[in-house]
Amino acid sequence: MRMNRHSRLHLPHPPARPGEAPDFSYVQLSPAGAVPRPDINARARDIESLSVDLVRVLDDDGNPVGPWHPHLDPAELQIGLRHMLLTRLFDDRMQRNQRAGKISFYIRSLGEEAVSVAQCMALRPGDMLFPSYRNQGLQIARGIALVDLMCQLLSNTRDMCKGRQLPVMYHSKAGNIFSISGNLATQFPQAVGWAMAAAIKGEDHLAASWIGEGSSAEADFHHALLFASVYQAPVILNVVNNQWAISTFQGYAGGEQRSFAARGPGYGIPGIRVDGNDFLAVYAVTQWAAERARTGAGPALIELVTYRGAAHSTSDDPARYRAKNDFEHWPLGDPILRLKQHLIGLGEWSEARHQALTAELEALVASSWKEAITFGTMSEGPRLNADLMFEDVFKEVPEHLQKQRALMRAERSRSPEARSEGT
Amino acid sequence: MANMNMIQALNSAMDIMLKRDPSVVLMGEDIGYFGGVFRATEGLQRKYGEHRVIDTPIAEGGIVATAIGMSVNGLRPVAEIQFADYIYPGFDQIVSELARIRYRSAGEFFAPVTIRTPCGGGIRGGQTHSQSPEGIFTHVSGIKVVMPSNPYDAKGLLITSIEDDDPVVFFEPKRLYNGPFDGDPTKPAVPWSSHPKGQVDEGYYKVPLGKADIVRAGTEVTILTYGTMVFVAAAAAAAMNVSAEIIDLRSLVPLDVDTLCSSVRKTGRCIVAHEATRFSGFGAELLSIVQEECFWDLEAPIQRVTGWDTPYPHAFEWEYFPGQARVAMALKTVMESA
Repeated sequence: MRMNRHSRLHLPHPPARPGEAPDFSYVQLSPAGAVPRPDINARARDIESLSVDLVRVLDDDGNPVGPWHPHLDPAELQIGLRHMLLTRLFDDRMQRNQRAGKISFYIRSLGEEAVSVAQCMALRPGDMLFPSYRNQGLQIARGIALVDLMCQLLSNTRDMCKGRQLPVMYHSKAGNIFSISGNLATQFPQAVGWAMAAAIKGEDHLAASWIGEGSSAEADFHHALLFASVYQAPVILNVVNNQWAISTFQGYAGGEQRSFAARGPGYGIPGIRVDGNDFLAVYAVTQWAAERARTGAGPALIELVTYRGAAHSTSDDPARYRAKNDFEHWPLGDPILRLKQHLIGLGEWSEARHQALTAELEALVASSWKEAITFGTMSEGPRLNADLMFEDVFKEVPEHLQKQRALMRAERSRSPEARSEGT
Repeated sequence: MANMNMIQALNSAMDIMLKRDPSVVLMGEDIGYFGGVFRATEGLQRKYGEHRVIDTPIAEGGIVATAIGMSVNGLRPVAEIQFADYIYPGFDQIVSELARIRYRSAGEFFAPVTIRTPCGGGIRGGQTHSQSPEGIFTHVSGIKVVMPSNPYDAKGLLITSIEDDDPVVFFEPKRLYNGPFDGDPTKPAVPWSSHPKGQVDEGYYKVPLGKADIVRAGTEVTILTYGTMVFVAAAAAAAMNVSAEIIDLRSLVPLDVDTLCSSVRKTGRCIVAHEATRFSGFGAELLSIVQEECFWDLEAPIQRVTGWDTPYPHAFEWEYFPGQARVAMALKTVMESA
């Protein structure tokens, strides 16, 4: 076949690759306090600018400005700071544990802590969460014990998943946090279904779900928006735009042409673009969307503009595809430092208190790990009983699995002989 | 000839095809600038340009569908699905569209798409990075299904698949990317450089679809297998001093029935082994064919060695994986049957 030399196909390019200076000039910013806060009953078509502008509360000096200021009690802000810091210290320690071969895999949420923590705090305990695999802040803000998270990472005898899931794929029935899937975007329309059920049952609870901007390319994203719109389901759909899907920058998810929040108005759903590293703004926007959903005014799509500060996972090396030290140049800063600065400005925090809190939380992570490994590690017992592999495929273990379970036991007990029989 | 691991061999196949045929394009998540999460397409975008080695959004349904559209418009796309576990959003496009375009248009349209996808366990990948779904695809009329077990075959089969005018789903057992694996995770890893099939011709060559490979000749029992289990089966038979004829199917659709059945007629005993789950697995098809064709030559009931009928559990990877002990039990049963 003769091919034309000159392809006319457009191919998105990230602004900076390894060896180049980080460049975030493409990120559209609004000044803090500049975006109006509409009534919660506003029609989607009347507030489309929210999907283009960027809701921000904290200015560059850490002062809260504008109509989205949620006026939270300082004690509440201190709790938020604590959850975010704990999330980061937990992540750091688990990353080191993976590198030391103590867990098989890990995913950090560096730089995205405000997303999970502020959003969780703006919701009620009865609201159902459908997280992605980079939302550990939700687990921490919902009060799930670190030991429980660690036992899942270790696939040990106290693992909530009974050894069946990769590390970080937590769930909490009691905490109203759905089982995390390794498949992308699948939870988004499921959250809509949960919310539809809440509406059918006449309950006040809402559902919230999170995906990355990269995953918004999956058809499930569109199913979620469509069903949420058709049934005006009480759901908050969150796109965490951390700019990168493994090596692929947000332009490959369609972010070059239009913001992710702007997918909402196309479906008749309000889309709100928010500074994802501004704890106050994230809280305020989520509170607005929650009130709207709870009062029957329908769903909302929130795009949280943030940055994936770390690698995609412990299997990834971002030095191969993006500019070095890029996170330090991210124009929206570090969510923990920004809330800390704000609290210090209020006279409700200090460097000394921050250091003391860091030490306290590091000790908590260390003591939790010490406790978690008493329930087993990858190399040392106690180990989960392998029989568990055959449970929960169905409610009852069917006959063919009972038979396979017996074969597996025989194989394990005879395994050394079976290998040496012929030799 | 050069030493190549399976990744390098696949890379070489795509390199050669991009060079030989200007209609060949590669597409997939992270395959371009980054070179793929397993590095299979490393360097190819730099060499052939980003218009022929194309990064895509994370949308498997979109990848398969646009590959179909490109192929109908004269290109020959090789699409990577990052893990076989993530192929399902593309399932409708594969089953309802890709497999049937030739049939429903009475041969006027056809879709020469190759879908490459890493499969199989043994890498601590848990249930979303370990599946072997080949049997789901062999059940669909109109697509060819291939699974190599070594670098030499991987390269030749991939070139043949790309040149094939029918769609091919090409499964790559990722545990074999860096070396043969006999099922014992406690042994040190063996590189392909120490294995004859790691010697790969650097140029263009083809390995035909529908032609099985007799990996090891034997007289007492035939083991029909493919992918990771080729080496596990061979090691188990060797450890038991059984003269087993090990047959690597290489392509599941089309299937080399003649080679399979001649072997079973000769040995009179048969084991079918795959890593995928048992119930309605591809082994059931093999078993039926052998039973239909070789019933009067069989001296023992055919045995199946498979993964258990559960999702692939992270913590019990080696209790799940059909290792040498499971093959040994089947060998014992089939050899002791009168």
